[in-house]
Amino acid sequence: MKKTYKIEVDCANCARKMEDATKATPGVKDATVNFMTLKMNVEFEEGADVKAVMKEVLKNCRKVEDDCEIYL
Amino acid sequence: MTRKQKKMLIRILLTAALVIILVLLPIKEIWGGWLRFGLFLIPYFLIGYDILRKAAKSVINRQPFDECFLMAIATIGAIILGEYVEGVAVMLFYQIGELFQSYAVGKSRRSISDLMDIRPDYANIEGEDGHLEQVDPDEVEVGTIIVVQPGEKIPIDGVVTEGASTLNTSALTGESLPREVTSGDEVVSGCINQSGLLHIKTTREFGESTASKILELVENSGMKKARSENFITKFARVYTPAVVYSAVALAILPPIVRLLMGLGGDWSTWVMRALTFLVISCPCALVVSIPLSFFGGIGGASREGVLVKGSVYLEELANAKIVAFDKTGTMTRGVFEVVGVHHTRREETELLQMAALAESYSSHPISKSLQKAYFERSGASTLDLNSVRNVEELSGRGVVADIDGHKVAVGNDKLMRQEGVEPIACHHIGTVVHVAIDGVYEGHILISDIIKPHAAEAIQALKKAGVTRTVMLTGDSKTVAESVASTLAIDEVKSELLPEDKVNQVEALLETKGTNEKLAFVGDGINDAPVLARADIGIAMGALGSDAAIEAADIVLMDDDPLKIAKAIRISRKCLRIVYENIYFAIGVKLICLVLGALGIANMWLAIFADVGVMVIAVLNAIRALNVKKL
Repeated sequence: MKKTYKIEVDCANCARKMEDATKATPGVKDATVNFMTLKMNVEFEEGADVKAVMKEVLKNCRKVEDDCEIYL
Repeated sequence: MTRKQKKMLIRILLTAALVIILVLLPIKEIWGGWLRFGLFLIPYFLIGYDILRKAAKSVINRQPFDECFLMAIATIGAIILGEYVEGVAVMLFYQIGELFQSYAVGKSRRSISDLMDIRPDYANIEGEDGHLEQVDPDEVEVGTIIVVQPGEKIPIDGVVTEGASTLNTSALTGESLPREVTSGDEVVSGCINQSGLLHIKTTREFGESTASKILELVENSGMKKARSENFITKFARVYTPAVVYSAVALAILPPIVRLLMGLGGDWSTWVMRALTFLVISCPCALVVSIPLSFFGGIGGASREGVLVKGSVYLEELANAKIVAFDKTGTMTRGVFEVVGVHHTRREETELLQMAALAESYSSHPISKSLQKAYFERSGASTLDLNSVRNVEELSGRGVVADIDGHKVAVGNDKLMRQEGVEPIACHHIGTVVHVAIDGVYEGHILISDIIKPHAAEAIQALKKAGVTRTVMLTGDSKTVAESVASTLAIDEVKSELLPEDKVNQVEALLETKGTNEKLAFVGDGINDAPVLARADIGIAMGALGSDAAIEAADIVLMDDDPLKIAKAIRISRKCLRIVYENIYFAIGVKLICLVLGALGIANMWLAIFADVGVMVIAVLNAIRALNVKKL
């Protein structure tokens, strides 16, 4: 399953780091962060609990870039 | 500017003013220099407090290569070594760079969304008392009559039921010529109604309408990343740690070697050089400028009516060396038209009228084109069907009918011979309709598919843009295909192909091309979907309203003009050129500055340029990709 989220982040390198952090989160199959359109595409693994996974994703993203935001 | 940006600008200006004052004040000797140290901390914290806070957080989160952390180390190091001005300046310029980046990116984000300003905000529905009511287009059901006033955007696809107007389709097609519509015509959302009031019966939901589909496509276009983008991501992942480790090595190893040689450590020089390294370690210039260039290229292309589904396709298109086309609908209009009336003693319109009347009971496309030609050339708008009697359709031959008491035979040469007349063969390419009246040969009408007005020019433009091979793939007969190919100066032609043969032909072409060459296939998207998918780049034309084309292709040309193919290639070339300029420039300058820094030739100021200056230049260069009007 794929979902798109609006995000808020200040710099391109931070967006790249968010992408890496999201990809490394369990339950996420693949992710792309688009700094230009401020959007994040997340592909979840089969049977993943989207809400719980996204909570984890946000936590991991905050670790690499503390003032980022994902509008869930 | 947003509030955040304004606040930052004020901080930058205040800091700059404070630093200048402090540099000019004669306070070096007061209190053993401690006063100067204390005073310099004021602008340092003013400009850098948020960075220092983030740096502290990154330590807690164990993110050692965070830019803020590196900036903090570099500036604190500089201040400890007594280089107060440099320490504050690095912070200052770093913030200027960040501010510029956020401003430039925000600005191009906005200018691209303005370009694609086709999102309708509301739809008008006529209430019972005749008042117009504005409603959310999402809530309009299929089959509802909506009203579009002059100057408004058409919110939902539909059919005009009342009124006539001219539409500005430039936001969709890049074509500035207005389109005339009247009742019965289909209209697509995103066009601007220019003159008259239109009543439109919707045929789709808002989410399924053309405007919504296009917006979705453009907004998601960044998700398929180009190879150069992925390269930069990988590079950034390695670059920062590598530079930071080199900085540590630079701070420690040379002094130790010097100590061993008995020269004295000279620690402060080497630590300063290492701090210079840290300032250059941020990969921001690269990481922001590459996607920004692609974003600009895609945005500029969409303004020209070329929709690109992802930066990867822009990159592939720039390497297109072989372009294969479908014929019907791509290079030709795909509609049959009367192109000539030959060997007749009568008026052309009279012959057309006779033929149209005889064929009037047939639903064959030929019959339609005969009628259309008659109406166009005579100015009449109806056919007097009462004069037609005893219509007899002879399958595979044509039609025989009585018109005003004359026996009219309209059909191919077999029919003519059956009627006992000898037809004159036509040496032009196309479908020939012979006409005999009362057993006398009266000439023939040539019907053929028309080549699009810009088709020949388009092939020339492709050649000029560096395409080495043009190939036409068509299901049409050999004679027709070869005549079209030679008129257009297309290199190769493969005719009489079934849809699956086209896929095979494309696969054969794919095998002949070089490793870095790409093959583009251009089709009208109706039955080319497998070929569009198989080619490196599938380009669909004339997509206004055709979902199949938008789905199947990588690049969609919004109007029917084949000239746009070459334009798309030129846009992609320009975009890629900018991308490579930025990659080479940014990496080059950074590497040079690293070497010069290690040798002690480059100081902190040059490092600031390598970081912020390069980023500013790369971003400015990236924004050029948006400007494609004159390509």
